[in-house]
Amino acid sequence: MTKLLRCLWSLGLFGVAWAVLALDPLDLRPLPAPWPQVLRPLPAYLLVSFGCFSLAVVGFRLGTFNDCEAAAQELQDQIREAKQDLARRGLRL
Amino acid sequence: MASSPSKTVRPRSALQPPVSRKPRLFRGQCVCVRGSAFVAIMAASRVKYSVLLPTYNERQNLPLIVWLLVRSFEQSGYEFEIIIIDDGSPDGTQEIAEQLIKIYGSDKILLRPRAKKLGLGTAYIHGMKHATGNFIIIMDADLSHHPKFIPEFIRIQKEGNFDIVSGTRYKGNGGVHGWDLKRKLISRGANFLTQVLLQPGASDLTGSFRLYRKEVLQKLMEKCVSKGYVFQMEMIVRARQLGYSIGEVPISFVDRVYGESKLGGNEIVSFLKGLLTLFATT
Repeated sequence: MTKLLRCLWSLGLFGVAWAVLALDPLDLRPLPAPWPQVLRPLPAYLLVSFGCFSLAVVGFRLGTFNDCEAAAQELQDQIREAKQDLARRGLRL
Repeated sequence: MASSPSKTVRPRSALQPPVSRKPRLFRGQCVCVRGSAFVAIMAASRVKYSVLLPTYNERQNLPLIVWLLVRSFEQSGYEFEIIIIDDGSPDGTQEIAEQLIKIYGSDKILLRPRAKKLGLGTAYIHGMKHATGNFIIIMDADLSHHPKFIPEFIRIQKEGNFDIVSGTRYKGNGGVHGWDLKRKLISRGANFLTQVLLQPGASDLTGSFRLYRKEVLQKLMEKCVSKGYVFQMEMIVRARQLGYSIGEVPISFVDRVYGESKLGGNEIVSFLKGLLTLFATT
């Protein structure tokens, strides 16, 4: 099963469960009074929470992305050293 | 000092040679043979690392990356070879490579050019045909990947007996240099999206600084069809499908010192297309 199918499958399963419990189209009354009303906006809540979670994660990782200044400086020094050494060994650029 | 083989079961390559009963031996390592004395075995000839360097117009960078590679390997003492796969660069990259062969020897530096620009995937296939090592290291020749991390790749590989060790910019001390905020944001966003959609079990899918068992890379090359960034992602995704184990080493990515770096709108579109294709087909 591809990841797309798995994703659609779980979304469908969730959707059916939500519809039965929150909308009760078949009039089965699976849950007592306040619960269907509480569950109705659940998908919207989940969507918004996931959006917030994503923004928070990307934002945090953006802020903590290492800049590696030391690595860049070290590389510059090594390039200088390499050029000298290679010239001594007879490399013509 | 027997290296105790752990009992944990990890998905391992079916292609692994049948020596896995004994711990792998490395130069100067002592091995305790069951119920008897220590036997020192010099096994230097058993492990060799082949570095594949695909190049196109890297006249400036090639001697520097080779110099850094040779120094890193000489310090760590591992056996190595560097295979330069040049796609007919008009700037004389091959002439520089010839000079490097004279300096370092034709057993250490191999030039295996191709007539024209044919893409990264086929460059690896081409290079692998000439590789004599049991491990293949692939990296960019533009100095954005520093050879100083290679001993760390090797250490992690041995520690976890991994099939693949991938460099990661997104973990631990890893990072980037020379990127502005916009580029970092795109990178982080793309990485997050990739993690959510593909759940690959590796933190850096678009990086190309990696160590592979040779037979694992060969197998993966048969399976992977994408190009560019997506190619690197597909390698990891297919590796997971095939049950290969993946270790990670944080690396610092220093963006191109010489030459142009490329990330345009087209790149982003083709990245998204590739990501969705992998999401729908794997």
